[in-house]
Amino acid sequence: MPIEVAPEGWQRLHPLSPVVRSSRTLAAIAVLAVVDAAQARHGNPLNLAVYGAVIVFGLVAGVIAWLVTRWRLESDALHIETGLLRRDSRRLPIDRIQAVDLVRPFLGRILGLAELRIRLAGADGSRGRLSYLTEADARQLRARLLAAHHGLDQATPPPPERMLLSVPSGRLLASVATSFLGSSAGVLAVVALVLSITVPSALAVVFGSSFSLLFALGGGIWRRVTSEYRFTAAAAPDGLRLRAGLFQTVAETIPAGRIQAVRMVEPLLWRPFGWRRVIVDVAGGTANRRGRTSGGGQVSRALLPVGRAADAELVLDRVLGDHRVELTRPPRRARLKAPLGYHFLASGYDQRHAVTVNGRLQRTTCWVPLEKVQSVRRLQGPVQRRLRVSSVHLDTAGRSVRAVLRDRDQSEADAAVEQLAELSRAARALPTDRAIPPARPPVGSVQ
Amino acid sequence: MRVWEALVVGVVLALLIGGGVMVASIGAGLAVLVGILALSVASLWFLRRRFRAWRYLERAEDLVVVRGVMLRRLSVVPYGRMQYVDVTAGPVERLFGLATVKLHTAAAASDARVPGLEPAEAARLRDQLARLGEAKAAGL
Repeated sequence: MPIEVAPEGWQRLHPLSPVVRSSRTLAAIAVLAVVDAAQARHGNPLNLAVYGAVIVFGLVAGVIAWLVTRWRLESDALHIETGLLRRDSRRLPIDRIQAVDLVRPFLGRILGLAELRIRLAGADGSRGRLSYLTEADARQLRARLLAAHHGLDQATPPPPERMLLSVPSGRLLASVATSFLGSSAGVLAVVALVLSITVPSALAVVFGSSFSLLFALGGGIWRRVTSEYRFTAAAAPDGLRLRAGLFQTVAETIPAGRIQAVRMVEPLLWRPFGWRRVIVDVAGGTANRRGRTSGGGQVSRALLPVGRAADAELVLDRVLGDHRVELTRPPRRARLKAPLGYHFLASGYDQRHAVTVNGRLQRTTCWVPLEKVQSVRRLQGPVQRRLRVSSVHLDTAGRSVRAVLRDRDQSEADAAVEQLAELSRAARALPTDRAIPPARPPVGSVQ
Repeated sequence: MRVWEALVVGVVLALLIGGGVMVASIGAGLAVLVGILALSVASLWFLRRRFRAWRYLERAEDLVVVRGVMLRRLSVVPYGRMQYVDVTAGPVERLFGLATVKLHTAAAASDARVPGLEPAEAARLRDQLARLGEAKAAGL
Protein backbone atom coordinates (compact mmCIF):
# COMPACT_ATOMS: atom_id res chain seq x y z
CA MET A 1 0.00 0.00 0.00
CA PRO A 2 1.86 3.08 -1.18
CA ILE A 3 1.65 6.29 0.81
CA GLU A 4 0.17 9.02 -1.31
CA VAL A 5 1.05 12.66 -1.15
CA ALA A 6 -2.17 14.36 -2.08
CA PRO A 7 -3.92 17.42 -0.72
CA GLU A 8 -6.81 15.25 0.35
CA GLY A 9 -4.55 12.38 1.28
CA TRP A 10 -5.77 11.92 4.80
CA GLN A 11 -4.96 8.49 6.10
CA ARG A 12 -6.10 6.52 9.09
CA LEU A 13 -3.97 4.47 11.39
CA HIS A 14 -4.18 0.72 11.17
CA PRO A 15 -7.58 -0.64 12.32
CA LEU A 16 -5.94 -2.92 14.89
CA SER A 17 -4.29 0.05 16.62
CA PRO A 18 -6.74 0.20 19.57
CA VAL A 19 -6.07 -3.44 20.36
CA VAL A 20 -2.30 -3.05 20.33
CA ARG A 21 -2.43 0.20 22.25
CA SER A 22 -4.60 -1.12 25.05
CA SER A 23 -3.09 -4.61 25.11
CA ARG A 24 -1.01 -3.95 28.22
CA THR A 25 -3.86 -2.41 30.18
CA LEU A 26 -6.23 -5.14 29.08
CA ALA A 27 -3.78 -7.81 30.17
CA ALA A 28 -3.40 -6.15 33.56
CA ILE A 29 -7.15 -5.93 34.01
CA ALA A 30 -7.57 -9.54 32.97
CA VAL A 31 -4.98 -10.63 35.54
CA LEU A 32 -6.74 -8.57 38.21
CA ALA A 33 -10.07 -10.12 37.28
CA VAL A 34 -8.68 -13.66 37.46
CA VAL A 35 -7.04 -13.01 40.84
CA ASP A 36 -10.23 -11.48 42.11
CA ALA A 37 -12.35 -14.39 40.85
CA ALA A 38 -9.97 -16.91 42.41
CA GLN A 39 -10.19 -15.17 45.75
CA ALA A 40 -13.96 -14.93 45.68
CA ARG A 41 -13.96 -18.62 44.69
CA HIS A 42 -17.55 -18.81 43.48
CA GLY A 43 -17.07 -15.76 41.35
CA ASN A 44 -18.79 -12.54 42.22
CA PRO A 45 -20.97 -11.68 39.23
CA LEU A 46 -20.95 -7.99 40.15
CA ASN A 47 -17.16 -7.81 40.09
CA LEU A 48 -16.95 -9.63 36.80
CA ALA A 49 -19.51 -7.25 35.37
CA VAL A 50 -17.39 -4.30 36.51
CA TYR A 51 -14.25 -5.75 34.90
CA GLY A 52 -16.16 -6.49 31.73
CA ALA A 53 -17.49 -2.95 31.64
CA VAL A 54 -14.00 -1.51 32.12
CA ILE A 55 -12.64 -3.64 29.28
CA VAL A 56 -15.51 -2.76 26.96
CA PHE A 57 -15.18 0.92 27.86
CA GLY A 58 -11.45 0.83 27.16
CA LEU A 59 -11.98 -0.81 23.78
CA VAL A 60 -14.73 1.63 22.82
CA ALA A 61 -12.52 4.57 23.82
CA GLY A 62 -9.71 3.09 21.75
CA VAL A 63 -11.93 2.68 18.73
CA ILE A 64 -13.20 6.26 19.05
CA ALA A 65 -9.62 7.51 19.33
CA TRP A 66 -8.82 5.54 16.20
CA LEU A 67 -11.86 6.94 14.37
CA VAL A 68 -11.00 10.56 15.09
CA THR A 69 -7.28 10.27 14.31
CA ARG A 70 -5.98 10.92 10.83
CA TRP A 71 -2.71 12.00 9.31
CA ARG A 72 -1.31 13.10 6.01
CA LEU A 73 2.05 13.85 4.54
CA GLU A 74 2.32 17.26 2.97
CA SER A 75 5.21 18.58 0.95
CA ASP A 76 6.80 20.38 3.91
CA ALA A 77 5.14 18.88 6.98
CA LEU A 78 3.50 15.88 8.52
CA HIS A 79 0.03 16.73 9.70
CA ILE A 80 -1.60 14.72 12.50
CA GLU A 81 -5.13 15.37 13.75
CA THR A 82 -6.60 13.63 16.74
CA GLY A 83 -9.02 14.03 19.63
CA LEU A 84 -12.80 13.80 19.88
CA LEU A 85 -13.74 16.55 22.33
CA ARG A 86 -10.48 18.49 22.21
CA ARG A 87 -9.24 18.46 18.67
CA ASP A 88 -5.49 18.44 18.43
CA SER A 89 -4.13 19.31 15.03
CA ARG A 90 -0.39 19.15 14.84
CA ARG A 91 1.86 20.06 11.95
CA LEU A 92 5.36 18.73 12.24
CA PRO A 93 7.60 20.77 9.90
CA ILE A 94 9.87 18.38 8.09
CA ASP A 95 12.92 20.61 8.20
CA ARG A 96 12.83 20.66 12.01
CA ILE A 97 12.76 16.89 12.39
CA GLN A 98 15.52 15.59 14.59
CA ALA A 99 14.93 11.90 14.30
CA VAL A 100 12.29 9.37 13.41
CA ASP A 101 12.12 6.32 15.64
CA LEU A 102 10.41 3.06 14.88
CA VAL A 103 8.93 1.28 17.90
CA ARG A 104 7.41 -2.15 17.70
CA PRO A 105 5.71 -3.47 20.83
CA PHE A 106 5.39 -7.19 21.36
CA LEU A 107 1.82 -7.52 20.13
CA GLY A 108 2.63 -5.12 17.30
CA ARG A 109 5.41 -7.40 16.14
CA ILE A 110 3.04 -10.35 16.07
CA LEU A 111 0.52 -8.36 14.04
CA GLY A 112 3.17 -6.67 11.89
CA LEU A 113 2.48 -3.16 13.19
CA ALA A 114 4.91 -0.43 14.20
CA GLU A 115 4.73 2.97 15.84
CA LEU A 116 6.49 5.95 14.34
CA ARG A 117 7.82 8.60 16.72
CA ILE A 118 8.89 11.86 15.21
CA ARG A 119 11.16 14.01 17.31
CA LEU A 120 11.54 17.70 16.63
CA ALA A 121 14.11 20.17 17.82
CA GLY A 122 12.70 22.10 20.72
CA ALA A 123 10.93 21.69 23.98
CA ASP A 124 9.14 18.70 25.42
CA GLY A 125 5.91 17.67 23.81
CA SER A 126 6.92 18.89 20.36
CA ARG A 127 6.77 15.47 18.89
CA GLY A 128 4.39 13.34 16.99
CA ARG A 129 3.56 9.72 17.14
CA LEU A 130 1.67 7.56 14.73
CA SER A 131 0.58 4.39 16.44
CA TYR A 132 0.17 2.13 14.61
CA LEU A 133 0.98 1.66 10.95
CA THR A 134 1.87 -1.51 9.15
CA GLU A 135 5.59 -2.05 9.30
CA ALA A 136 6.16 -1.52 5.59
CA ASP A 137 4.22 1.75 5.71
CA ALA A 138 6.11 2.93 8.75
CA ARG A 139 9.46 2.26 7.11
CA GLN A 140 8.36 3.93 3.93
CA LEU A 141 7.04 6.98 5.75
CA ARG A 142 10.26 7.25 7.73
CA ALA A 143 12.32 7.09 4.56
CA ARG A 144 10.16 9.79 2.99
CA LEU A 145 10.38 12.08 6.01
CA LEU A 146 14.14 11.73 6.27
CA ALA A 147 14.67 12.17 2.54
CA ALA A 148 12.54 15.32 2.57
CA HIS A 149 14.39 16.53 5.63
CA HIS A 150 17.66 16.39 3.73
CA GLY A 151 16.13 18.27 0.83
CA LEU A 152 15.78 15.28 -1.43
CA ASP A 153 12.76 14.08 -3.27
CA GLN A 154 10.45 12.21 -0.93
CA ALA A 155 10.62 9.11 -3.05
CA THR A 156 14.38 8.74 -2.52
CA PRO A 157 15.17 5.39 -0.97
CA PRO A 158 16.78 5.49 2.50
CA PRO A 159 20.55 5.96 2.55
CA PRO A 160 22.79 2.97 3.13
CA GLU A 161 23.87 2.05 6.61
CA ARG A 162 27.12 0.52 7.68
CA MET A 163 26.87 -1.94 10.52
CA LEU A 164 29.24 -0.90 13.28
CA LEU A 165 28.74 -3.47 15.98
CA SER A 166 26.32 -5.75 17.73
CA VAL A 167 26.26 -7.00 21.30
CA PRO A 168 26.09 -10.79 21.72
CA SER A 169 23.28 -11.90 24.03
CA GLY A 170 25.62 -13.89 26.23
CA ARG A 171 27.79 -10.88 26.86
CA LEU A 172 24.76 -8.71 27.65
CA LEU A 173 23.43 -11.23 30.18
CA ALA A 174 26.85 -11.65 31.78
CA SER A 175 27.34 -7.91 31.96
CA VAL A 176 23.95 -7.34 33.59
CA ALA A 177 24.68 -10.10 36.10
CA THR A 178 27.98 -8.43 37.04
CA SER A 179 26.56 -4.91 36.98
CA PHE A 180 25.66 -3.11 40.17
CA LEU A 181 22.00 -4.13 39.86
CA GLY A 182 22.76 -7.75 39.11
CA SER A 183 25.44 -8.24 41.73
CA SER A 184 23.44 -6.59 44.50
CA ALA A 185 20.41 -8.70 43.62
CA GLY A 186 22.65 -11.78 43.74
CA VAL A 187 24.13 -10.86 47.13
CA LEU A 188 20.67 -10.16 48.50
CA ALA A 189 19.31 -13.47 47.23
CA VAL A 190 22.24 -15.42 48.69
CA VAL A 191 21.90 -13.71 52.07
CA ALA A 192 18.17 -14.42 52.13
CA LEU A 193 18.79 -18.05 51.17
CA VAL A 194 21.48 -18.62 53.81
CA LEU A 195 19.40 -16.95 56.49
CA SER A 196 16.31 -18.94 55.65
CA ILE A 197 18.27 -22.25 55.79
CA THR A 198 20.12 -21.53 59.01
CA VAL A 199 17.21 -19.87 60.78
CA PRO A 200 14.06 -21.36 59.25
CA SER A 201 11.83 -19.42 61.61
CA ALA A 202 13.14 -16.14 60.19
CA LEU A 203 12.17 -17.14 56.66
CA ALA A 204 8.98 -15.11 56.56
CA VAL A 205 10.64 -12.01 58.01
CA VAL A 206 13.65 -12.19 55.69
CA PHE A 207 11.54 -12.88 52.66
CA GLY A 208 9.07 -10.16 53.55
CA SER A 209 11.70 -7.50 54.13
CA SER A 210 13.84 -8.23 51.09
CA PHE A 211 10.97 -8.98 48.75
CA SER A 212 10.21 -5.43 47.70
CA LEU A 213 13.90 -4.70 47.21
CA LEU A 214 14.40 -7.85 45.16
CA PHE A 215 11.31 -6.97 43.19
CA ALA A 216 12.66 -3.52 42.38
CA LEU A 217 16.10 -4.88 41.47
CA GLY A 218 14.52 -7.59 39.37
CA GLY A 219 12.44 -4.99 37.58
CA GLY A 220 15.55 -2.96 36.79
CA ILE A 221 17.40 -6.01 35.51
CA TRP A 222 14.42 -7.09 33.46
CA ARG A 223 14.09 -3.67 31.85
CA ARG A 224 17.77 -3.53 31.08
CA VAL A 225 17.85 -6.96 29.48
CA THR A 226 14.64 -6.56 27.49
CA SER A 227 15.48 -3.06 26.25
CA GLU A 228 19.10 -3.80 25.29
CA TYR A 229 18.71 -7.34 23.97
CA ARG A 230 20.17 -7.86 20.50
CA PHE A 231 21.59 -4.36 20.41
CA THR A 232 23.07 -3.23 17.12
CA ALA A 233 24.54 0.09 16.06
CA ALA A 234 24.86 1.16 12.45
CA ALA A 235 26.33 4.29 10.93
CA ALA A 236 24.13 6.27 8.56
CA PRO A 237 24.86 9.66 6.99
CA ASP A 238 22.49 11.40 9.41
CA GLY A 239 23.68 9.77 12.59
CA LEU A 240 23.87 6.51 14.45
CA ARG A 241 21.06 4.00 14.09
CA LEU A 242 20.48 1.97 17.22
CA ARG A 243 18.26 -1.08 17.32
CA ALA A 244 17.48 -3.20 20.34
CA GLY A 245 14.74 -5.02 22.20
CA LEU A 246 13.55 -8.43 23.25
CA PHE A 247 9.77 -8.08 23.21
CA GLN A 248 9.38 -4.49 22.14
CA THR A 249 11.99 -3.43 19.61
CA VAL A 250 13.05 0.15 19.12
CA ALA A 251 14.98 1.51 16.15
CA GLU A 252 16.19 5.00 16.86
CA THR A 253 18.63 7.47 15.43
CA ILE A 254 21.09 9.49 17.45
CA PRO A 255 21.42 12.55 15.23
CA ALA A 256 24.95 13.71 14.52
CA GLY A 257 25.72 17.14 15.92
CA ARG A 258 23.13 16.94 18.69
CA ILE A 259 25.32 15.19 21.21
CA GLN A 260 25.91 17.19 24.38
CA ALA A 261 28.26 14.84 26.16
CA VAL A 262 29.46 11.26 26.08
CA ARG A 263 30.27 9.10 29.08
CA MET A 264 32.19 5.87 29.21
CA VAL A 265 31.62 3.82 32.35
CA GLU A 266 33.79 0.92 33.53
CA PRO A 267 32.29 -0.73 36.63
CA LEU A 268 34.61 -2.64 38.94
CA LEU A 269 33.27 -6.10 38.11
CA TRP A 270 33.49 -5.50 34.38
CA ARG A 271 37.17 -4.63 34.46
CA PRO A 272 38.46 -8.24 34.34
CA PHE A 273 36.58 -8.63 31.04
CA GLY A 274 37.66 -5.25 29.72
CA TRP A 275 34.02 -4.24 29.23
CA ARG A 276 32.69 -0.73 29.18
CA ARG A 277 29.43 1.08 28.56
CA VAL A 278 29.08 4.23 26.46
CA ILE A 279 26.21 6.64 27.09
CA VAL A 280 25.32 9.85 25.27
CA ASP A 281 23.29 12.88 26.23
CA VAL A 282 21.27 14.34 23.40
CA ALA A 283 19.60 17.74 23.30
CA GLY A 284 15.89 18.23 22.85
CA GLY A 285 12.83 17.00 24.69
CA THR A 286 12.69 13.43 23.61
CA ALA A 287 11.69 11.67 26.79
CA ASN A 288 9.45 9.34 24.90
CA ARG A 289 10.22 6.06 26.55
CA ARG A 290 8.05 5.85 29.60
CA GLY A 291 9.47 3.97 32.51
CA ARG A 292 13.08 4.56 31.65
CA THR A 293 15.30 4.40 34.68
CA SER A 294 16.93 7.69 33.84
CA GLY A 295 13.88 9.64 34.98
CA GLY A 296 11.69 12.37 33.58
CA GLY A 297 12.95 14.57 30.81
CA GLN A 298 16.26 12.81 30.69
CA VAL A 299 17.62 12.12 27.25
CA SER A 300 20.48 9.73 27.66
CA ARG A 301 20.95 6.68 25.52
CA ALA A 302 23.36 3.80 25.66
CA LEU A 303 25.43 3.89 22.48
CA LEU A 304 27.04 0.68 23.57
CA PRO A 305 25.36 -1.32 26.36
CA VAL A 306 28.51 -3.36 26.91
CA GLY A 307 31.57 -3.86 24.78
CA ARG A 308 35.31 -4.11 24.57
CA ALA A 309 37.69 -1.20 24.21
CA ALA A 310 37.72 -1.53 20.41
CA ASP A 311 33.90 -1.34 20.26
CA ALA A 312 33.94 1.76 22.45
CA GLU A 313 36.56 3.38 20.23
CA LEU A 314 34.41 2.66 17.22
CA VAL A 315 31.32 4.46 18.53
CA LEU A 316 33.36 7.26 20.10
CA ASP A 317 35.09 7.88 16.78
CA ARG A 318 31.73 7.97 15.13
CA VAL A 319 30.07 10.49 17.45
CA LEU A 320 33.04 12.63 18.51
CA GLY A 321 35.51 12.43 15.67
CA ASP A 322 39.05 12.71 16.88
CA HIS A 323 38.58 12.43 20.61
CA ARG A 324 42.07 11.63 21.87
CA VAL A 325 43.04 14.33 24.30
CA GLU A 326 46.18 14.35 26.34
CA LEU A 327 45.24 13.88 29.98
CA THR A 328 47.15 15.22 32.92
CA ARG A 329 46.93 14.18 36.57
CA PRO A 330 46.13 16.48 39.45
CA PRO A 331 49.03 17.31 41.81
CA ARG A 332 49.95 14.58 44.28
CA ARG A 333 48.83 16.63 47.26
CA ALA A 334 45.23 16.21 46.02
CA ARG A 335 45.51 12.64 47.30
CA LEU A 336 44.81 14.00 50.78
CA LYS A 337 41.46 15.33 49.65
CA ALA A 338 40.51 12.37 47.43
CA PRO A 339 42.39 9.37 48.88
CA LEU A 340 40.35 6.82 46.93
CA GLY A 341 39.35 8.76 43.87
CA TYR A 342 42.88 9.97 43.16
CA HIS A 343 43.75 6.64 41.56
CA PHE A 344 42.08 7.35 38.21
CA LEU A 345 41.70 11.12 38.50
CA ALA A 346 42.80 12.86 35.32
CA SER A 347 41.57 15.52 32.94
CA GLY A 348 42.54 17.52 29.93
CA TYR A 349 41.21 19.54 27.04
CA ASP A 350 42.12 20.63 23.56
CA GLN A 351 40.50 22.82 20.91
CA ARG A 352 37.43 20.65 20.60
CA HIS A 353 36.84 18.50 23.66
CA ALA A 354 37.29 18.47 27.37
CA VAL A 355 37.87 15.03 28.85
CA THR A 356 37.64 14.08 32.50
CA VAL A 357 38.24 10.79 34.29
CA ASN A 358 36.67 10.31 37.73
CA GLY A 359 35.52 7.54 40.02
CA ARG A 360 37.24 4.66 41.75
CA LEU A 361 34.82 1.71 41.83
CA GLN A 362 33.24 2.85 38.62
CA ARG A 363 35.73 4.60 36.43
CA THR A 364 33.89 7.19 34.36
CA THR A 365 35.40 9.01 31.43
CA CYS A 366 33.45 11.97 30.16
CA TRP A 367 33.83 13.83 26.87
CA VAL A 368 32.23 17.22 26.37
CA PRO A 369 32.39 18.87 22.94
CA LEU A 370 33.43 22.43 23.77
CA GLU A 371 30.82 24.01 21.51
CA LYS A 372 28.14 22.46 23.75
CA VAL A 373 29.40 23.94 27.01
CA GLN A 374 26.74 26.10 28.65
CA SER A 375 28.78 27.56 31.47
CA VAL A 376 32.07 27.06 33.23
CA ARG A 377 32.36 27.02 37.02
CA ARG A 378 35.26 26.83 39.40
CA LEU A 379 34.62 25.46 42.90
CA GLN A 380 36.92 25.40 45.85
CA GLY A 381 35.96 23.93 49.20
CA PRO A 382 37.77 24.56 52.50
CA VAL A 383 39.96 21.46 52.22
CA GLN A 384 40.77 22.21 48.63
CA ARG A 385 41.79 25.74 49.58
CA ARG A 386 44.23 24.41 52.14
CA LEU A 387 45.70 22.11 49.47
CA ARG A 388 45.71 24.89 46.85
CA VAL A 389 43.58 22.90 44.39
CA SER A 390 40.19 23.58 42.86
CA SER A 391 37.74 21.84 40.55
CA VAL A 392 36.43 23.12 37.25
CA HIS A 393 32.91 22.08 36.25
CA LEU A 394 31.65 22.15 32.68
CA ASP A 395 27.87 22.40 32.46
CA THR A 396 26.00 21.02 29.48
CA ALA A 397 22.29 20.93 28.78
CA GLY A 398 20.74 18.08 30.69
CA ARG A 399 21.44 16.79 34.14
CA SER A 400 23.15 13.46 34.10
CA VAL A 401 26.61 14.21 32.76
CA ARG A 402 28.99 15.91 35.13
CA ALA A 403 32.25 16.82 33.51
CA VAL A 404 34.50 17.91 36.36
CA LEU A 405 38.19 18.64 36.04
CA ARG A 406 38.67 17.65 39.64
CA ASP A 407 41.31 18.87 42.08
CA ARG A 408 43.53 20.71 39.65
CA ASP A 409 46.31 22.93 40.85
CA GLN A 410 44.90 26.34 41.73
CA SER A 411 46.74 28.38 39.11
CA GLU A 412 46.07 25.69 36.53
CA ALA A 413 42.35 25.78 37.35
CA ASP A 414 42.26 29.57 37.05
CA ALA A 415 43.85 29.34 33.64
CA ALA A 416 41.52 26.48 32.66
CA VAL A 417 38.41 28.54 33.47
CA GLU A 418 39.61 31.35 31.24
CA GLN A 419 40.79 29.09 28.46
CA LEU A 420 37.73 26.84 28.48
CA ALA A 421 35.43 29.86 28.30
CA GLU A 422 37.50 31.20 25.44
CA LEU A 423 37.84 27.86 23.62
CA SER A 424 34.17 27.04 23.90
CA ARG A 425 33.29 30.42 22.45
CA ALA A 426 35.67 29.81 19.57
CA ALA A 427 34.25 26.32 19.08
CA ARG A 428 30.72 27.72 18.98
CA ALA A 429 31.64 30.28 16.36
CA LEU A 430 33.16 27.67 14.06
CA PRO A 431 30.93 25.87 11.61
CA THR A 432 31.15 22.43 13.12
CA ASP A 433 31.97 19.45 10.97
CA ARG A 434 29.87 17.38 13.32
CA ALA A 435 26.70 18.79 11.83
CA ILE A 436 24.62 16.56 9.61
CA PRO A 437 26.53 16.17 6.36
CA PRO A 438 24.68 17.02 3.16
CA ALA A 439 22.87 13.98 1.95
CA ARG A 440 24.46 12.32 -1.01
CA PRO A 441 22.43 10.40 -3.53
CA PRO A 442 21.97 7.04 -1.89
CA VAL A 443 22.93 3.85 -3.58
CA GLY A 444 21.04 1.08 -1.88
CA SER A 445 19.29 0.41 1.34
CA VAL A 446 19.79 -1.80 4.32
CA GLN A 447 16.79 -2.31 6.50
CA MET B 1 19.92 41.91 51.79
CA ARG B 2 20.08 38.73 53.85
CA VAL B 3 21.51 40.55 56.86
CA TRP B 4 18.30 42.35 57.67
CA GLU B 5 16.30 39.30 56.81
CA ALA B 6 18.18 37.30 59.42
CA LEU B 7 17.95 40.00 62.06
CA VAL B 8 14.22 40.49 61.62
CA VAL B 9 13.56 36.76 61.70
CA GLY B 10 15.82 36.32 64.73
CA VAL B 11 14.22 39.09 66.78
CA VAL B 12 10.67 38.00 65.93
CA LEU B 13 11.49 34.35 66.74
CA ALA B 14 13.19 35.35 69.99
CA LEU B 15 10.23 37.43 71.12
CA LEU B 16 7.66 34.81 70.17
CA ILE B 17 9.34 31.73 71.62
CA GLY B 18 10.92 33.55 74.56
CA GLY B 19 7.59 35.15 75.37
CA GLY B 20 5.87 31.80 75.10
CA VAL B 21 8.28 30.13 77.51
CA MET B 22 8.17 33.15 79.83
CA VAL B 23 4.52 32.43 80.49
CA ALA B 24 5.65 29.18 82.11
CA SER B 25 8.86 30.35 83.75
CA ILE B 26 10.48 33.75 83.49
CA GLY B 27 14.07 32.48 83.89
CA ALA B 28 13.85 29.87 81.15
CA GLY B 29 12.09 32.34 78.92
CA LEU B 30 14.88 34.87 79.31
CA ALA B 31 17.52 32.21 78.59
CA VAL B 32 15.74 31.18 75.39
CA LEU B 33 15.37 34.82 74.36
CA VAL B 34 19.05 35.56 74.86
CA GLY B 35 20.06 32.32 73.13
CA ILE B 36 18.04 33.03 70.02
CA LEU B 37 19.25 36.62 69.88
CA ALA B 38 22.87 35.41 70.11
CA LEU B 39 22.22 32.90 67.34
CA SER B 40 20.73 35.52 65.09
CA VAL B 41 23.69 37.83 65.70
CA ALA B 42 26.05 34.97 64.81
CA SER B 43 24.14 34.14 61.65
CA LEU B 44 24.16 37.85 60.89
CA TRP B 45 27.94 37.73 60.92
CA PHE B 46 27.98 34.70 58.63
CA LEU B 47 25.48 36.21 56.24
CA ARG B 48 27.36 39.46 56.15
CA ARG B 49 30.50 37.63 55.12
CA ARG B 50 28.56 35.60 52.59
CA PHE B 51 26.97 38.69 51.18
CA ARG B 52 30.25 40.61 51.01
CA ALA B 53 31.87 37.77 49.07
CA TRP B 54 29.21 37.99 46.38
CA ARG B 55 30.50 39.83 43.32
CA TYR B 56 29.67 39.96 39.66
CA LEU B 57 31.52 41.23 36.64
CA GLU B 58 30.11 41.97 33.21
CA ARG B 59 32.73 41.16 30.63
CA ALA B 60 32.59 41.55 26.88
CA GLU B 61 31.45 38.00 26.20
CA ASP B 62 30.30 36.58 29.50
CA LEU B 63 29.03 37.30 32.98
CA VAL B 64 31.23 36.23 35.88
CA VAL B 65 29.71 35.64 39.31
CA VAL B 66 31.89 34.93 42.34
CA ARG B 67 30.39 33.83 45.65
CA GLY B 68 30.92 31.80 48.77
CA VAL B 69 33.17 32.06 51.79
CA MET B 70 33.77 28.44 52.75
CA LEU B 71 32.95 26.95 49.37
CA ARG B 72 34.21 29.43 46.82
CA ARG B 73 32.43 29.40 43.51
CA LEU B 74 33.12 31.21 40.29
CA SER B 75 30.72 30.89 37.37
CA VAL B 76 31.37 32.04 33.84
CA VAL B 77 28.18 32.20 31.79
CA PRO B 78 28.56 33.27 28.15
CA TYR B 79 25.83 35.68 27.06
CA GLY B 80 25.26 33.51 24.01
CA ARG B 81 24.21 30.60 26.20
CA MET B 82 21.61 32.52 28.14
CA GLN B 83 18.04 31.32 27.78
CA TYR B 84 16.27 33.91 29.89
CA VAL B 85 16.81 36.31 32.76
CA ASP B 86 14.68 36.37 35.90
CA VAL B 87 14.24 39.29 38.23
CA THR B 88 12.60 38.21 41.48
CA ALA B 89 11.91 39.99 44.74
CA GLY B 90 10.74 38.03 47.77
CA PRO B 91 8.63 39.61 50.51
CA VAL B 92 11.59 40.57 52.69
CA GLU B 93 13.58 41.75 49.70
CA ARG B 94 10.63 43.93 48.73
CA LEU B 95 10.48 45.27 52.27
CA PHE B 96 13.97 46.65 51.74
CA GLY B 97 13.45 47.53 48.09
CA LEU B 98 15.83 44.92 46.66
CA ALA B 99 15.74 42.34 43.87
CA THR B 100 17.59 39.22 42.67
CA VAL B 101 18.70 38.72 39.08
CA LYS B 102 19.08 35.13 37.91
CA LEU B 103 20.51 33.90 34.63
CA HIS B 104 19.18 30.66 33.17
CA THR B 105 20.97 28.48 30.65
CA ALA B 106 19.99 25.12 29.20
CA ALA B 107 22.14 23.44 31.85
CA ALA B 108 20.49 22.82 35.18
CA ALA B 109 23.80 23.24 36.99
CA SER B 110 24.66 26.72 35.72
CA ASP B 111 24.59 28.95 38.72
CA ALA B 112 24.59 32.66 38.09
CA ARG B 113 22.49 34.54 40.59
CA VAL B 114 23.03 38.04 41.87
CA PRO B 115 20.90 38.88 44.93
CA GLY B 116 20.37 42.12 46.83
CA LEU B 117 20.43 44.55 43.93
CA GLU B 118 18.76 47.96 43.93
CA PRO B 119 15.73 47.78 41.61
CA ALA B 120 17.27 50.26 39.18
CA GLU B 121 20.51 48.26 38.96
CA ALA B 122 18.54 45.01 38.68
CA ALA B 123 16.54 46.40 35.78
CA ARG B 124 19.67 47.71 34.08
CA LEU B 125 21.45 44.38 34.47
CA ARG B 126 18.41 42.48 33.19
CA ASP B 127 18.07 44.67 30.11
CA GLN B 128 21.78 44.59 29.44
CA LEU B 129 21.90 40.78 29.72
CA ALA B 130 18.81 40.34 27.58
CA ARG B 131 20.27 42.61 24.90
CA LEU B 132 23.65 40.88 24.90
CA GLY B 133 22.00 37.47 24.98
CA GLU B 134 20.03 38.30 21.88
CA ALA B 135 23.05 39.67 20.07
CA LYS B 136 25.22 36.64 20.77
CA ALA B 137 22.64 33.88 20.87
CA ALA B 138 23.86 30.43 19.90
CA GLY B 139 21.80 27.31 19.34
CA LEU B 140 22.07 24.19 21.38
